Amino acid sequence: MAYVAIADRDHEIEHHDPTTFITKYIWSQDHKVIAIQYGITAVFVGLVALVLSGLMRLQLGFPDSFSFITPTDYYQFITMHGMIMVIYLLTALFLGGFGNYLIPLMIGSRDMVFPFMNMLSYWVYLLSVIILLASFFVPGGPTGAGWTLYPPQAILPGTPGTDWGIVMMLGSLAVFIVAFTMGGLNYVTTILQARAKGMTLMRMPLSLWGIFMATILGLLAFPALFVSAVMMTLDKALGTSFFMPAIMSMGEQMSHTGGSPILFQHLFWFFGHPEVYIVALPAFGLVSDLLSTHARKNIFGYRMMVWAILAIGGLSFVVWAHHMYVSGMNPYFGFFFATTTLIIAVPTAIKVYNWVLTLWQGDIHLTVPMLFAIGFIFTFTHGGLTGIFLGNVVVDLPLSDTYFVVAHFHMVMGVSPVLVVFGAIYHWYPKMTGRMFNQTLGKIHFWATLLGTYAVYLPMHYLGFLGVPRRYFAYGDTSFMPDSAFALNQTITVCALFVGVVQLIFLFNMIWSLKHGEKADPNPWKATTLEWQTPDNPPKHGNWGHDLPEVHRWAYDYSVPGYHDDFIPQNVPADENAPVHDEGEH
Amino acid sequence: MTYTLVFLAVVMATVISWLLRQSLNTEPWKADDPLENQPGRGVLPTEPAKIGLISFITVVTSLFALFLSAYLMRMKLADWSALAEPKLLWLNTGVLILASIAFQLTRGAAKRGQLLTVKSGLVAGGICTTLFLLGQLAAWQQLNAAGYFMASNPANSFFYLLTALHGLHLLGGMWVWGRTTARVMSGADAESVSLSVELCTVYWHYLLLVWVGLFALLLST
Repeated sequence: MAYVAIADRDHEIEHHDPTTFITKYIWSQDHKVIAIQYGITAVFVGLVALVLSGLMRLQLGFPDSFSFITPTDYYQFITMHGMIMVIYLLTALFLGGFGNYLIPLMIGSRDMVFPFMNMLSYWVYLLSVIILLASFFVPGGPTGAGWTLYPPQAILPGTPGTDWGIVMMLGSLAVFIVAFTMGGLNYVTTILQARAKGMTLMRMPLSLWGIFMATILGLLAFPALFVSAVMMTLDKALGTSFFMPAIMSMGEQMSHTGGSPILFQHLFWFFGHPEVYIVALPAFGLVSDLLSTHARKNIFGYRMMVWAILAIGGLSFVVWAHHMYVSGMNPYFGFFFATTTLIIAVPTAIKVYNWVLTLWQGDIHLTVPMLFAIGFIFTFTHGGLTGIFLGNVVVDLPLSDTYFVVAHFHMVMGVSPVLVVFGAIYHWYPKMTGRMFNQTLGKIHFWATLLGTYAVYLPMHYLGFLGVPRRYFAYGDTSFMPDSAFALNQTITVCALFVGVVQLIFLFNMIWSLKHGEKADPNPWKATTLEWQTPDNPPKHGNWGHDLPEVHRWAYDYSVPGYHDDFIPQNVPADENAPVHDEGEH
Repeated sequence: MTYTLVFLAVVMATVISWLLRQSLNTEPWKADDPLENQPGRGVLPTEPAKIGLISFITVVTSLFALFLSAYLMRMKLADWSALAEPKLLWLNTGVLILASIAFQLTRGAAKRGQLLTVKSGLVAGGICTTLFLLGQLAAWQQLNAAGYFMASNPANSFFYLLTALHGLHLLGGMWVWGRTTARVMSGADAESVSLSVELCTVYWHYLLLVWVGLFALLLST
């Protein structure tokens, strides 16, 4: 019997609506509820990490002033801040949050193809978060090994949290990877198999292309983290020597024999570099849709954008060792990785050009989501350019252990994706809640965040050029650091605290608008994609009422000449009387 | 990392070239393009569960390829001393092959609707797999008794770790096997479990392949 696509046998599939409060909102298998559960959990741990960064900045800006921050605390704050932000906030929010919410709605499906596994994915993710946060309360506290957890120091006495913290961190990561795999298999299969009639792959909004490719990268790259986490746990708990070399600790010979710390670095960065794109690709996709929608213009070079995503995905697996130039590698090896690193800048640059050209002569509406999207172009270009500096071995060697690196990755991987997160939350908030947020507060939030983060990270580049080393608890008396560097550190701290506090405006806006926001129009931004065409707002369980939508066009029919409206939703058939238009992207 | 890179290159080349083929010769900006009415519209003519399983197998292969790479890199260091594998592993391999054969036969029977063969095939597959797992535990016992402890040499550590991981993956398969068997025993007909049986069969063949690969690696080093 020939296989019939899900969209073609919709009426034969029985749909069970959840009936009790618990199946609706807690043990829910509805992708929208799971998305919101993911989102709230991720934002919550993100806030924890934000507070940790504030504490770190207090110490760096005003050393000796805060007796409650000891060196041990400081390293624990660094480690937890980094790990939470990269994995438990950004990865979970983009894929578990936006992926879950947008995939079924944007492809015109009723839900994910494996809803039960989807639910399990969230609860296992929550478990990993609980294990992670619990490590704050165990004897010795959380690990302070730095977010890269390099052995041997990660498990040797002297590093904070080597009793319990490191084991809980590694365990939490392993659990997170299980959760991600369950979600990721769902996202890939759903995009491949559950698309509505007429929704060819090349009609998918770029958000989905970004999420799709990022999920594939995650599925293939997270095993590397899993492998390193498992082997390091064994080194710590059972005394094996996968990574641990023969080593003296506190004057005593340890039982470990000749393991290889470099092996860990290879495994870690084999995951770690694709991870950058696991976060960046969904951001690229979402921002493309925000720019196109709010500039009322089709995305410039849609096919080029898709190909760039594919190219970045493929190349992201062959650049990992550019994080290891300082590990003493063979110079030819370094040369190879510098080359691949520079090559991956090409598709990335194509995307940046296309975003700018999408804005070019567009009918730009400076709405709150659009402000964040445009802000992203600035911060991402900025962070990307410093990446080209660091991708070259000779430039990287002197800068690698300085604040230049901190500035680089916070611009490219911290600020940029977070701006997209905010833009996307504002953009889809009316769909998720049925209410409009307060625009003025949104704009204040944007300007304070953008200018504040620039005030934090621009000076850090300068500190890096001065040679101020990163990871230090305090600098004491040094001859190479001028007084201006100390003054700058204080300024950065003040700005960072300001940016942190400003996020309360965002939280207030989101929570207050739930009850008091204006009732939102079902399609307030006049967008073309399917999620805005649902019969109910917010969409109910099953998303589409009785009939699944049929798709007749791509997601970017904005300002089509000859039409009354400046947008044509994807489910509107081609009108025979409509003027012929084929000036797409020639 | 060569093996991992080769594996990933193959996976990424397959995925990307398939996606590229979907994107070439399309004019996405055209509404109601006749291309969209082509059969399948890019939806693969396969049950989602099979695609899910194949994707999962790819992930697991990535995991084992990374362990292989780690194994080979760690092996080059000075303190490595080869492990004497217990003879029992040969017997275990044979039992796992029997399990695979049992599933293969069950799959055919499920397609033809032969309920009795499905029942006995599933039970036989389950018993063989349980025997394999017990056999692996016995092999651990033998090694332990002979003084090859987890931490005494990296070769031992890898042996325990890899066999444990492989066993855990089999246990995951046993969960699906258990659900399927329970359904058949409580009166489901053969066709209704046909998909589950097929997925189990593919998964068991795959894990047999992984085990043969691991065993060959352990024997040759």
